[in-house]
Amino acid sequence: MDQLAKLEAQSIYILREAYRDFKQLCMLWSIGKDSTVLLWLTRKAFFGHVPIPLVHVDTSYKIPEMIEYRDKLALKWKLNMIYGQNKQALASKETYPDGNIDRISCCKNLKSEALKHTLSGEWPRYRLNHERQAYEEDSNKEPYTGVIVGVRSDEEGSRSKERYFSPRDKQNDWDVGDQPPELWDQFKTDFAPGTHVRIHPLLDWTELNIWEYIQRENIPITSLYFDRGEGKRYRSLGCFPCTFPVESTAKNVDEIIEELRSGKFKNIAERSGRAQDKEDGGLETLRVQGYM
Amino acid sequence: MSTIETKIEQMNIVIVGHVDHGKSTFIGRLLADTGSLPEGKLDQVKATCKKNAKPFEYAFLLDALKDEQSQGITIDVARCFFKTPKRHYIIIDAPGHIEFLKNMITGAARAEAAVLLIDAAEGVQENSRRHGYMASLLGIKQLIVLVNKMDLVDYSQERFEQIQREYQDFLSQINVQAKAFVPISAFQGEQVTQSSEKMPWFKGPDVLSLIDGFEKETEKSEQSTRFPVQDIYKFTEEGDDRRLIAGTLQTGQLRVGDPVVFYPSEKTSTIKSIEQFNVSPQADQIDAGSAIGVCVDTQIYIRPGELMCRQDEAAPLVGDTFKANLFWLGKKPMLKDKKYKLKCGSARATLYLKEIRNVLDASDLKSVANKQQIDRHDVAECVFQTLKPIAFDRSSDIESTGRFVIVDGYEIAGGGIMTDVLAAESSRLEDVLKRRDYAWETGGISPTKRAQRFGQTPQLLLITGQEGLGKIALAQALENQLFESGKSAYYLGLSNILSGVSRDLSHQVEDRDEHIRRLGELTHLFLDAGLLLISSVTELDDAEASVLKALIAPMPMTLINVGPTCFNKVPVDLQIDEQDSQEKQLAQVLAYLSQQKVLLDYSI
Ligand SMILES: Nc1nc2c(ncn2[C@@H]2O[C@H](COP(=O)(O)OP(=O)(O)O)[C@@H](O)[C@H]2O)c(=O)[nH]1
Repeated sequence: MDQLAKLEAQSIYILREAYRDFKQLCMLWSIGKDSTVLLWLTRKAFFGHVPIPLVHVDTSYKIPEMIEYRDKLALKWKLNMIYGQNKQALASKETYPDGNIDRISCCKNLKSEALKHTLSGEWPRYRLNHERQAYEEDSNKEPYTGVIVGVRSDEEGSRSKERYFSPRDKQNDWDVGDQPPELWDQFKTDFAPGTHVRIHPLLDWTELNIWEYIQRENIPITSLYFDRGEGKRYRSLGCFPCTFPVESTAKNVDEIIEELRSGKFKNIAERSGRAQDKEDGGLETLRVQGYM
Repeated sequence: MSTIETKIEQMNIVIVGHVDHGKSTFIGRLLADTGSLPEGKLDQVKATCKKNAKPFEYAFLLDALKDEQSQGITIDVARCFFKTPKRHYIIIDAPGHIEFLKNMITGAARAEAAVLLIDAAEGVQENSRRHGYMASLLGIKQLIVLVNKMDLVDYSQERFEQIQREYQDFLSQINVQAKAFVPISAFQGEQVTQSSEKMPWFKGPDVLSLIDGFEKETEKSEQSTRFPVQDIYKFTEEGDDRRLIAGTLQTGQLRVGDPVVFYPSEKTSTIKSIEQFNVSPQADQIDAGSAIGVCVDTQIYIRPGELMCRQDEAAPLVGDTFKANLFWLGKKPMLKDKKYKLKCGSARATLYLKEIRNVLDASDLKSVANKQQIDRHDVAECVFQTLKPIAFDRSSDIESTGRFVIVDGYEIAGGGIMTDVLAAESSRLEDVLKRRDYAWETGGISPTKRAQRFGQTPQLLLITGQEGLGKIALAQALENQLFESGKSAYYLGLSNILSGVSRDLSHQVEDRDEHIRRLGELTHLFLDAGLLLISSVTELDDAEASVLKALIAPMPMTLINVGPTCFNKVPVDLQIDEQDSQEKQLAQVLAYLSQQKVLLDYSI
């Protein structure tokens, strides 16, 4: 078995384990390449079906192509698609740059908070009605107790400390110092009422693995990742005020792989195009608060 | 074209050792010297140190987390990557502090080889030994030992050899052989990626060459086939009629047409197809390591947790009593007679500690006799008993189905390897029943007297079969009929139990054993009171039927099965066609009961 096949098998195993043990399970789909690979792996794990609802946190600042792409795939793959939003912060303009707050606080409002309350069911969830091809408020307000997330350990220091099954307490807090042991392929799948778990099937994948897998499986990926003639492309997707394209002429998956392997991005971190990571505290602070 | 990269071998190695013996420094050095650091990272950390007037430490490179830096110790398993021309490595940096033993174990459990560091000045410490022992328990067969900080002992050959002797003695006690001992200075980079000029007396290779010399695990495809059934899917609503048996092939090979056996139920079938998404055409043969699905030829009923093997190969061990080596990480000690959950392969079972044969203090390897409990960080040889038989292997035969974890409450509290199956004189259930019956109080009315009063011999009429076949309605109709014919009959609904006596249980699969036990105990009370009890359980299997039978013995149970059977060996007393109308089904049951003299003809 080659490395990609091993990674694939491990991720499928984790997804099936999560599905077996968690009744209220969902998967976060950010529309980016990682969580799209995760979605593809879910179709692999369940033989073409996606028996897990997908949750997207819509900051309303997402690059418009992302939403278009999301809904197209959701209809095509018959996804149980749900989105949530921090309506309050958007209405009162507690956002960056048009509001009077910094990047980190904006992320906290539009992502961390929105995610937390969407998962808990306290804020409305909008579910795609496939017949009407429109979103409507979801009647299910049960909190999700298992949340599948596509983080990778090579992204950033704090992510390299995650478990495949990582508990969060009632406050959504992540106690980095006291994590459960994971032995061989046995994970923590028993949870006290009121706690929930983040499940990380992609922990061992690298950015290069992701692209190689996209290539091997021919996974449809949003074209924002490719240079469309301007000499620029996105390497990591987020909100438009804070995510900047990188200088690159990679026009397709093959060229991206080439660029990562030997070209100019060989030794530069992927999230270098994300402004919020650089401000003090950065990703770790957001992470402990529940931002993925 | 572009798959060259992924063809390159990858290996997980774990770095262990007592706290402060230089693990982080060694890893930092390795990353720096193999050019595996992100551009500018080293300079950035050096600059930060300078700004804060702190001496530079390689450890800072790895300390990505704030709270970790504030404590100054590696608290969790961190992963980093480096490459040599030979292969790619994932290094797992396992914390040396005893508090974080579970993190060390998590890291080591994923590794194929281990590098253990010992401080030349401090010498062999408690966790130098403990980690060495754990690594061997976890099945890591390749180990190199680095005697670090040689700069602090003037690169003394004598000191190196002294430590080597001492640690080698220890290793031979636990039957482990190190591939090499190497004197290094991680901080100065001596003997790490090239031979050291400071230690001309050392003739061995540098550490990096030794790491490149680790061997990949032998092919698992050559062992007997083991396919733990992780789950069973049917996506009928999506228009997919396949009954998919999902799992990861741990060892061996599977081919379409292979005759297979599922353990412990011992049901047999033949592989009809191997299923994978986005693979065309579907494979007709699969090697170890793949996460796949299979469809089988016959309509057999199996549950997640069974172990699928090939009929023509060595069978796994099956039993309810086994011997194992255990390491305990739980905050609470492991106690006899307390209920735990076992996870082995895809199987989950209720587990009890039956006997402690020997507890080893891993730090000095002295064995402690007569311990009555297993404490945190103990390593013990013990005997366990499960409520129902499970299928497994000796870990020396097949690793992946010969190891397990134990869950205490909600936490993984221990792990270990199975060393043998034992024939127990009595099952856990028999022991419990002996105690129950011994303690049983009665008001003095004999069963015969009760039978005379009620005009019936008490027994359980249990209706089973697959979901959605009208079993409950049949059970209710039966209660009515019996009652109307003058019998003292009672229908005990499952949801009455679930929302009452069993309200404390979740509805998880593993709790099913406990539901069955409670149903059995409740039934026992009703029967002892002289009643005819009617109940229904979906998909009762062989093991559960025998548990129920044992719990209510000597009073009898009549098994009525509707539709396709889930039993393999247990005979059903009455088989009912699921296509028949309820009246017809009921008439069949009543005819059977009168034939059995439970009902006399005239009372129908
Ligand atoms: N003199 C000397 N100090 C070292 C060497 N290796 C590590 N150290 C120091 O020992 C201390 C502990 O090292 P560290 O790598 O953090 O240990 P860990 O707890 O095993 O990760 C640090 O202050 C290091 O600078 C070495 O080869 N020589």
